[in-house]
Amino acid sequence: MSRVRIELPYHLRTLAQVPGELELQVAGAVTQRSILDALEAKYPVLQGTIRDHITRQRRPFLRFFACAEDWSHQPPDAPLPEEVATGAEPLLIIGAIAGG
Amino acid sequence: MSGVRVLVGTRKGAFVLAADGKREKWDVSGPHFAGWEMYHVKGSPADPNRLYASQSSGWFGQLIQRSNDGGKTWEAVGNKFVYDGVPGTHQWYDGTPHPWEFKRVWHLEPSLTDPETVYAGVEDAAFFQTRDGGQTWAELSGLRKHGSGPKWQPGAGGMCLHTIILDPSNSKRIYIAISAAGAFRSDDAGESWRPINSGLKSGQIPDPAAEVGHCVHHVAMHKSRPGTLFMQKHWDVMRSDDAGDSWHEVSGNLPTDFGFVIDVHAHEPETIYVVPIKSDSEHYVHEGKLRVYRSRSGGNEWQALTKGLPQENCYVNVLRDAMAVDSLDECGVYFGTTGGQVYASANSGGDWAPIVRDLPAVLSVEVQTLP
Repeated sequence: MSRVRIELPYHLRTLAQVPGELELQVAGAVTQRSILDALEAKYPVLQGTIRDHITRQRRPFLRFFACAEDWSHQPPDAPLPEEVATGAEPLLIIGAIAGG
Repeated sequence: MSGVRVLVGTRKGAFVLAADGKREKWDVSGPHFAGWEMYHVKGSPADPNRLYASQSSGWFGQLIQRSNDGGKTWEAVGNKFVYDGVPGTHQWYDGTPHPWEFKRVWHLEPSLTDPETVYAGVEDAAFFQTRDGGQTWAELSGLRKHGSGPKWQPGAGGMCLHTIILDPSNSKRIYIAISAAGAFRSDDAGESWRPINSGLKSGQIPDPAAEVGHCVHHVAMHKSRPGTLFMQKHWDVMRSDDAGDSWHEVSGNLPTDFGFVIDVHAHEPETIYVVPIKSDSEHYVHEGKLRVYRSRSGGNEWQALTKGLPQENCYVNVLRDAMAVDSLDECGVYFGTTGGQVYASANSGGDWAPIVRDLPAVLSVEVQTLP
């Protein structure tokens, strides 16, 4: 198991009732998919808010950043950087700056 | 002492406005779900403390919230809205086929008898039902799979199913309306549907007898006369006395018959209310005056109600789900504006006063009359 750190955008922190950065235990390879699976398992209220219920595609106005790089367009099963897998750096889930 | 609870959905949260039966002093709570678009909040007629709310966001999608204590606390329930089978296509704005895609829930209509059963009208237009208090939702796909479905086209606000009316005298009869497909009726509890648009005239449609393609903005019914329906269409105020089988125009002396809301007095089934909007090019009230028009004759003859409403320099809109009535002895009428005001009248529209003036743009207003 890997202990990973995640930062959620404000509205999802409010929805999940987490005050700030959260930690998760992730089994197996640390990827976007494995982190989101663990996140949704622990916080079911987030199901459908980050990725579509059916297609599992990232919602268009959200982005995934890790170690100062945009991972949004990487395959969901691509291993994330070692720093994320070890908990040294968080995975940032960020809402696009758009709209009002 | 009896009282009222006004449930307000806005572009940036939900608000609960409460007062006793005098409706003079108001307690305002909110914003609930601050920052989210709250398309609709409605209470169960069978359990007034059970509320349902549609919470959505362009970033994070759709959520459904439920309260068991009249809106003091909330819990998120199921938000999985999946079309039944292969969704297929409807017409896009340019007439080309476009796949059905779920976007949001516009309207939640709790069952008249069971707090756990709720109907949802969604965009792209479809009709969903929950029987477990919102935990799971299933499409009643007979509507979307009606033969006319591939011809449905979105209105400017999207292809939304925005109106659901349950017949209190016949549990199997349901009316719905879709922009810009039209009105439909089910006589088998939502399994199958028929368009009820005969008599609607929409100038831009080449076929004047088209069974679908009409931009119905809202429909209202009085519970004592479930076969009589009143409609605010894109243009025209319409009436049906045969459960939608045929419609005739009752716009009468309205200064403009474009608008969104329409509602019926709680105790007078021939007394109806609209808020005329200047035009489909200018979505604000006519002549800079916020006027509710009331007909006591079921249409055609209309009287402007202005006392307490701004009569100059007013350019707000009143959206389709943003008017409601209470059922206290002296009927209360409520509506919200895109300028964030919620106005109330405790005497059937004779006098108006704002409950609140500076909310975010109001999307919906519902009222619960409490014992």
